[in-house]
Amino acid sequence: METAALVVIAFLALAALAPSVLAPGDPLAIAPLDSFQPPSLAHVFGTDESGRDIYTRVIHGTGASLLIGIAATAIGLGLALVFGLLAGFGPRWLDFGTTRFLEVLFAFPGLLFALLFIVVYGPGVVTSTIAVGLSTAPGYARIIRSRVIQVRTSPYLEAALVLGRGRPSRIARHVLPNVAGSLFVLATLGIGQSIVWASSLSYLGLGAVPPAAEWGAMLSAGRTYIASFWWMTFFPGLFIVLSAAATTLLGRGIQQRGRES
Amino acid sequence: MSALLSVRGLRVRFGETEVVSDVSFDVAAGECVGIVGESGSGKSVTARALLGLAGRQARVTADELRFDETQILDASAARLRSLRGRDIGYVSQGALVALDPLRPVGREISDSLRLHASSTPAQRRARVLELLADVGVPDPELRAGQRPDELSGGLRQRAVIASAIALGPRLIIADEPTTALDSTVQAGILDLLERLRSDGAALVLISHDLAVVSRLASRVLVMHEGRIVESGPSASVLAEPQHPYTRRLIAAVPTDRPRGTRLGPAPTPAVPAGAGAPPHAAPAPAPATPLHRNSGVTPPADLDSADPGRAEALTPEFPRTPVVVAAGLRRSFGARLAVDDVSFTLERGRTLGIVGESGSGKTTVARLVLALDRPDSGDVRLLGEPWSTATERERRPLRPRVGAIYQDALSSFDPRMTVGQIVADALTHGRSQRAGAEVAELLRRVGLDERVMNRRPAKLSGGQQQRVAIARAIAPAPDLIVCDEPVSSLDVSVQAQVLDLLDELQRDLGLSYLFITHDLGVVRHVSDDVLVMRAGRVVERGATERVFGAPQHEYTRALFASAPRIGGDLDLWPLPSVGS
Repeated sequence: METAALVVIAFLALAALAPSVLAPGDPLAIAPLDSFQPPSLAHVFGTDESGRDIYTRVIHGTGASLLIGIAATAIGLGLALVFGLLAGFGPRWLDFGTTRFLEVLFAFPGLLFALLFIVVYGPGVVTSTIAVGLSTAPGYARIIRSRVIQVRTSPYLEAALVLGRGRPSRIARHVLPNVAGSLFVLATLGIGQSIVWASSLSYLGLGAVPPAAEWGAMLSAGRTYIASFWWMTFFPGLFIVLSAAATTLLGRGIQQRGRES
Repeated sequence: MSALLSVRGLRVRFGETEVVSDVSFDVAAGECVGIVGESGSGKSVTARALLGLAGRQARVTADELRFDETQILDASAARLRSLRGRDIGYVSQGALVALDPLRPVGREISDSLRLHASSTPAQRRARVLELLADVGVPDPELRAGQRPDELSGGLRQRAVIASAIALGPRLIIADEPTTALDSTVQAGILDLLERLRSDGAALVLISHDLAVVSRLASRVLVMHEGRIVESGPSASVLAEPQHPYTRRLIAAVPTDRPRGTRLGPAPTPAVPAGAGAPPHAAPAPAPATPLHRNSGVTPPADLDSADPGRAEALTPEFPRTPVVVAAGLRRSFGARLAVDDVSFTLERGRTLGIVGESGSGKTTVARLVLALDRPDSGDVRLLGEPWSTATERERRPLRPRVGAIYQDALSSFDPRMTVGQIVADALTHGRSQRAGAEVAELLRRVGLDERVMNRRPAKLSGGQQQRVAIARAIAPAPDLIVCDEPVSSLDVSVQAQVLDLLDELQRDLGLSYLFITHDLGVVRHVSDDVLVMRAGRVVERGATERVFGAPQHEYTRALFASAPRIGGDLDLWPLPSVGS
C-alpha cells in the first residue's frame, strides 16, 4: 500500500514540477472542432466543451492543486503550532483563553468558516488557500495542545527537571522534538484533506476560476455536462481522490512506523 | 487419587521458537501446584495452553492434555468454551485491566452465570452478591454496581476471582494473581485461594514470587526457558534445591539476606571479581571525573581477600554528614492529608528505607525530597542548603546532586533518544567530545555492554532499562539518589542484580539512598534505617534490624505478618513473640 502511495506521490510531484514532460501540450489551447471527444488514443482523458485536452489540463493542474493543499496545510499547522504551544505552555488563563477561542472556531463547520473568509476577502487562489488553512487550524491546535501537555507532564520531562535542566532546554530538547514527530504525521494526513477542500472551494467558484487548469475548477466546469460527457468530471475527480488517498496512506504508514519503533 | 488435570509432554511453539518444552504434571482435586519462573520462562503460555487459549500463532502439541474426561487438544471450540468458566476458572495476570472499564463488575460476574447456566436475572443477581461476599468484598450491593475504576486493586482482583469461581469450577488457574498488590491485600487474596482449595478445587498457581507459591502450593514446578528444571514437594524443593537455577532463584529473594550481602551469584561484569577498589576510585592526578568526587574513602584494601562474601559485608565508613534533612513535612491534596508530619535525616553513604502500602504517602515524600512538589508546611534541606523553600532557579545548581530512579524506567526516558543520548544528556557537558567515552564508562559501571549505546531503551529488557536509569542517575555524580520502587516490576533474579548494583555503587561512590518500596524483603535488605508509613504518618522508625526484629507498632506487626515468606522450616524471618 505504502509503495503504491509513494509511486502516486512521485508521479504527482513530477506532474507538479515539470508538467510539460508528461503533457507537452498547452492546457489552455482551445480546439472547438474537437469538443466533447470521449477518451481515445489522441485524447487519453477526452476533451472538454472547448476541445481542450483534459489529460493535459489535469497534469498541468496538479501543481496548483498540490500547492494549494500544501500551503493550506502549512498555514493551518503553523497557526495551530502557535496556539497549541501557547495553550500548552502558557499560564492557566492563557490556556483557558486559547482553548475557548478554538472552541468558538470549532462551532463553525470548517467549510463554512472558509466561505465566510472568502466572502470578506474576495474569491481567488490565495484567499481560498488561506481560508482552508484557517479552517483546519483549530483541529490541529487542539491535537498539538494535548500533545504538548502530554509531553510536558511525562515522566521523562520530570526526569529532565530532576537533572536540573532549565525550562528552555527542556522545551527545546524534549518537548519540541516529540511534538514535531506527531506534527509530521498530521501534515501528511492533512494535505489530502486540504486538496479536497481547496477543490471544493474552486468547484463552488470561490477558488481558482475557469479556464485555469485546476482540478476543482475543472470539476465545476464539467458539472453541466455530467450526464452526457462523464470524462470531464471523472478524471479531475480521480486525481483528487488519488492525491488525497496517497498522502493519507503515506501519513498512516509513517504513523504506524512511529508506533512500532 | 486420580488426577483431575493431567499434562504429559506439553510443547508450545511460536514459529520456529519453542517456548514450552516437554512439560508434564498432574493436579488432583484439592491440590495446589505452583509454577515458578522468571518472565519469559513459559509459565504463562503453559497456563494458557491448558485452557486452549495459547493463541492463533501457537502450535500446541502434547502426548496428553487431559482435564477430567476431556482431551483438551481434541476438544471442539464449543466444548472448550463450556469447559472454561464452568469447569476451569482462569484468573488472569492483568487482573487490574481484565475487567471491562465501562461495565459494572456485577454484570461482568453474572456473564458467566448467564452463559453457562440457566437462571433468571433475579437469581443471577442474588448469586453475584453471594459470590462477592464470598470472596471478601465488603458491601457487595454497592460494589456490584460500580465500575472497575471505582474499586481498589485488591477489590478488582477479588471481583476477577469471583467471576472465575462463579460456577464452582473444579480447577482454578491463577496467573500471577497477587503481583500488583500490596502485601496485606496479597495475603487476603492468598487466603481466599487457599480457602477455595480446601473446599475441594484444584489450583494451579503461577508466579515469579517463590514466597507466594510456597505459601499455597504443596508441589512446585520450577520453569526455566520453557522446561521444568525441578519439581517436587514445596518444602523439599525450597529447603534442598537441586538445580542451580532454583538455588539462584531462592538466593535472589532478599528477605533473609542481611544488609550488605550479595544476592546474585557474581559481581556485575563491570567490576573484576575480587577487585576491591574499582579503577577510578584510586587517587588520580588527572582532573577528577564526576565519578571520583565522593570516593573520599577508598574501601579497605582487604576486599581483595579470598572471601568475597565476608568482605562485601564490610561497609566503608563515610563521614556522617547529613545529606537530606526533612522536618515536619506536611502535604495535602484536597481534603486528604497525603503526608502528615514526616521528619527524617539521611546521612552520607546510608540508606533510608520508606515502606508502606499504596496510598501511605511514600511516593509523595519522594516527590517532596526531589522538590517536584512543595510541602504545605515543613521543609527539606539538602546538603545544608534550603531546598524545598528555594525557588527552582536557586535549586538548579544543586539539582545534579540529587538523582532519581523510578519503578517504570522506560517511561522516564525520552522515547526519541537512544541509550547513549539519554546518559550523555545527564552529564553536565552532555554534547561535548568527552561525553562518548564517559558514557561508555558509565554503562560499563552499571554492567551494560557499551554497544547498547545506539539502541533505544524500549528494545532493552526491564533489568537493562533500570540499569540505564541508574547510569543516568549517577552520571552527574550525585550525593543522593531517590529510588521509588526501583525493583518492583522486575523478576526476582533481575531484582537481585539491580539491588547488588545499587549496593556496589553506594560503597564505591558514597551515595545516599532514599529507598521507597512496598516490598518488605527488599527494604530489609537495602536499608540501614527504615520508616514505616501509614496514611501519611510515620508509625514506626529506627534501625532496620531493630524494627524488623522487634516491631513496636501494631500496624508494623500486621504488615510483617502479612508478608509471604518462603517455607515453614525455612522461616528465616521469625516474628518476635509479642509482648516480650
